[in-house]
Amino acid sequence: MMSNLTGAERTKAMLITGIGVLIGLIMAAAGRNDVMGAQGWIVLLFSAVLFFLVARATYDPEPTEDRSASYYDDPTKVGIILALFWAVVAMSVGVWVAAQLAWPDLRFDAAWSSFGRIRPVHTSGVIFGFGGNALIATSFHIMQRTSRARMPDQVSPWFVLLGFNLFCVVAASGYLMGVTQSKEYAEPEWYADIWLVVVWVVYFVLYIRTLARRNEPHIYVANWYYLAFILVVAVLHIVNNLAVPASWTGAKSYSAFSGVQDAMTQWWYGHNAVAFFLTSGFLGMLYYFLPKRAERPIYSYRLSILSFWGITFFYIWAGSHHLHYTALPQWVQTLGMTFSIMLLVPSWASAGNALMTLNGAWHKVRDDATLRFMMVAAVFYGLSTFEGSFMAIRPVNALSHYTDWTIGHVHAGAMGWVALITFGSIYALTPVLWRRETMYSWKAVEWHFWLALSGTVVYVFAMWNSGITQGLMWRTYTESGTLRYSFVDSLVAMHPYYIARAFGGLLFLIGACIAFWNVIMTIRHVPRQSPALDYPTSSEALEPAVPAAE
Amino acid sequence: MTILTILIPVTLFMGVVGLAAFFWSLRSHQYDDLSGDAERILFDDDKPLPAKIARTSAKPKETIR
Repeated sequence: MMSNLTGAERTKAMLITGIGVLIGLIMAAAGRNDVMGAQGWIVLLFSAVLFFLVARATYDPEPTEDRSASYYDDPTKVGIILALFWAVVAMSVGVWVAAQLAWPDLRFDAAWSSFGRIRPVHTSGVIFGFGGNALIATSFHIMQRTSRARMPDQVSPWFVLLGFNLFCVVAASGYLMGVTQSKEYAEPEWYADIWLVVVWVVYFVLYIRTLARRNEPHIYVANWYYLAFILVVAVLHIVNNLAVPASWTGAKSYSAFSGVQDAMTQWWYGHNAVAFFLTSGFLGMLYYFLPKRAERPIYSYRLSILSFWGITFFYIWAGSHHLHYTALPQWVQTLGMTFSIMLLVPSWASAGNALMTLNGAWHKVRDDATLRFMMVAAVFYGLSTFEGSFMAIRPVNALSHYTDWTIGHVHAGAMGWVALITFGSIYALTPVLWRRETMYSWKAVEWHFWLALSGTVVYVFAMWNSGITQGLMWRTYTESGTLRYSFVDSLVAMHPYYIARAFGGLLFLIGACIAFWNVIMTIRHVPRQSPALDYPTSSEALEPAVPAAE
Repeated sequence: MTILTILIPVTLFMGVVGLAAFFWSLRSHQYDDLSGDAERILFDDDKPLPAKIARTSAKPKETIR
């Protein structure tokens, strides 16, 4: 893999990883009296391993293949493996966290294993580790294919992918040591945040550079979704993480905002993380892999573009619905609520568009579990966006907020939509990427599908039940006007649902493990086969887009 | 709520960036042949096209056909 880099690129890679080692060393030395020191050693180790991997290939011969005749897929391949690795790790932690709620003894009395520390390992692990790696990998694939052009260089995709994983590792290990700035989905401290900005800018520039080289004049709609994901996440991340470090030698910072100002910034970020990290990019995945797999163009391409601009303009205003009935001014809450309801239009346009694309190909959905993953993902996307708009209505929120209903809603989206579309895309992508005939085991894909679906359904139903039960118990009054139930009463009522939730999560985790195994076996044991249409297009006459007759 | 004096301009700015991107896409003939654009991703030879076409692609797509 490293020998596909040219000599100059290897030198550049060694320089970058060398700087990484240096940064790690500085962090370790400067933060030796703080947990930041330990984080420094992690940075150092991560960079040193990469430096070693590149250095080993220093004297390899220069690559001979004609670069202009092939796409650069090595980072995509590694990204897919990393995504699955993070899926297994972070979902295992998720099952553990869920089990802790049902059986608190599973904490084993350690500080690092307390709920507050491993919960963000689960959330960041699945969102950024699994979701983020899958987004980066598929975006590398899609931007090259839809542009019919190779990426402009071979170092920056690696920098983006591995730099992002360094961020994930620093974040996750930090949580276990108690490093957090207590902002949901933005827990990592200032040094990790700065690093992510660097990685993200390189990602954006790489994407634009690839698009600038495109041979296909039209920019396919999936690219717009990915670009919105990259650009908006950058802005959100920078604004929400504006903070002053307590000292340059420690992992502690103070937010630039305070009180409800800080809460508003956090949920402006938080909801748009859902919008642009967990929706926009994955819609890009849907709009590419679903038509590819179904072998039909998207039902209404015009509608896909309309819903893109709808989502882009509406979503950014919706964050304040997280702060109903707080110190936030009423009109700001109403603004967020209104935009949340309007969002249903572009969201259902996408979900409907995906399902209508399958109209006429239902026999394929029946036979092909990969396509079924994508179909069910679109259904869950429609479901959870409806639920989201509904829950954003202030009186509904009075019942649902602070209850497990929110957790159920998030997981309907994260498991049912985000993870299922990702698994579907991975199954569609793996044979193409590694030039294999098919997946190693179609039965395993079937098993995974049913495990994932039943896991999601069990999880979501358990949380709907427990959430509404909680919400109702907390608002039940006695005749004398006092609360009927104590908090502990509601907690006891949750116990069966918490067991069901852990079980649903376990089913989902088993599915993810099967996926990881299946992909590895596909790479190792399935015979090679180039795609059916894999002929070199050295002459312009073979341009596949325009039939000669037209 | 002084934070809104930051968040609303930032949000509006992002909206304007989006609007600019939309007008750019409209003017650079991105939406001239939507059904063709939707179909074309399906005919994937899995190799990039030769760079020769890249130079002509800056013009509207009619010139390529």
